[in-house]
Amino acid sequence: MMPLVESALDPDFAVRREVVAAGEPWMGHVQRGQYFRIVDLHGNQAVDTLFYRADTLEERYSAQDTIREQGNIYLSSGSVLLSNECNPMLSIVADTCGRHDTLGGACSAESNTVRYALEKRDMHSCRDNFLLALARWGARHGRDFSKRDLASNINFFMNVPVTPQGKLTFADGISAAGRYVEMRAEMDVTVLISNCPQLNNPCNAYNPTPVEVLIWDVGPASR
Amino acid sequence: MPEGAPYWMLWEELVSGGAHWSGLLRRGTTLRLMDVTGRGNAAVLLYNYEDRSERYNLPDTLKAQHTAFLSKGTVCYSDMGRILCSITDDTCGWHDTLCGLSNADQVRRKYGTARYQEHRNAYFKNGYDSALNELGKYGLGKRDLTAAINFFSKVTVEADGSLRFHVGHSRADAYVDLRFEMNVLVVLSSCQHPLDPASEYRPGELRLTAWHSRPAPRNDPCRMRCPENERGFRNTEVWFR
Repeated sequence: MMPLVESALDPDFAVRREVVAAGEPWMGHVQRGQYFRIVDLHGNQAVDTLFYRADTLEERYSAQDTIREQGNIYLSSGSVLLSNECNPMLSIVADTCGRHDTLGGACSAESNTVRYALEKRDMHSCRDNFLLALARWGARHGRDFSKRDLASNINFFMNVPVTPQGKLTFADGISAAGRYVEMRAEMDVTVLISNCPQLNNPCNAYNPTPVEVLIWDVGPASR
Repeated sequence: MPEGAPYWMLWEELVSGGAHWSGLLRRGTTLRLMDVTGRGNAAVLLYNYEDRSERYNLPDTLKAQHTAFLSKGTVCYSDMGRILCSITDDTCGWHDTLCGLSNADQVRRKYGTARYQEHRNAYFKNGYDSALNELGKYGLGKRDLTAAINFFSKVTVEADGSLRFHVGHSRADAYVDLRFEMNVLVVLSSCQHPLDPASEYRPGELRLTAWHSRPAPRNDPCRMRCPENERGFRNTEVWFR
């Protein structure tokens, strides 16, 4: 676990502050230099997150490039989230959880049939959130997003340990109510979140709950 | 004819070190990747040939099988809950799923510059540009560049999450057999693994051999590895009904 790093930013000075209900998507812009925080309001809530460069469809967060370049599979303060062109998109500047996952991906109707049971197809999933949010956002902003733009995501507050023998498990969460992760945007990014509705594994402690997103402009007034 | 190939051979090809290749492997055929020199790396991307928006999904592959690496008995999942291919034989034991493709910057930093103008076809290549080269032939591009598998390379994860590349993991004539459960577009680069600490640009050549096998039988070891795979095979069979 990485040492926990707190932020000096005051939520009262945030320029945007929204609660994302359990099982809902959220999409928004974060400009270069702005700070973006996700708060796990009730604890152990996986927040499936993708980042896109704001002005192109071709550059987005890349889990493999991020893992390889930092030489570590876990994300925490100090991690630089890289794009598929190895450009820094955001840097994690504060983290009171200690470890975030970028191997577990997102749940989908189809993967639920594989992982749990064929009858689980109709349960709500992160990919349904992603696809619907992309379709709406794309129509509003003139961007032709599709399923091919859904690369491997980050799962903030989720714990997916890998052993030296190569075993991968979904473990109980290490997050708790009020813990947060904060990033500084290194380029203008579009953020896509699915506040995970998964009920079949411990990633949400079997009880999905709301999270909060906050954005700050830089400047001493924010501190 | 490779040993253990139950039906007849389709074709064989040699891919030189640092080269890129792509092709269609149909359901019921097996592709053997062979590391000719013992220092080879096969970076591979997989797409459903008939609907290329369906492609290899790294998280779904790892989650379904509770593994961070690929080896004999594991399968590669698409994002649609179907199985693109199964690893039916493997003399290497560990194939890296985590580290992705090398790129031009990284190759330049590590090995220096070798342009075509001075070096002709020995110029330095990298996995990222190689993949774009092949994807472009099918109307695919950067948006379609998803996770790559690095066959013949072993990277483990230490207790603190850090990566460790295992030098000398493969050996000459090591092979891995991929039995295709769908009609799959395979994109391949034989560039060195991005974490290979060798200071010299010296990618190893690969031999590709394809033969008719058959789709997985009921008692197939890949299918019986876990209930998840049984359901994955079922989903796949529905696509071909």
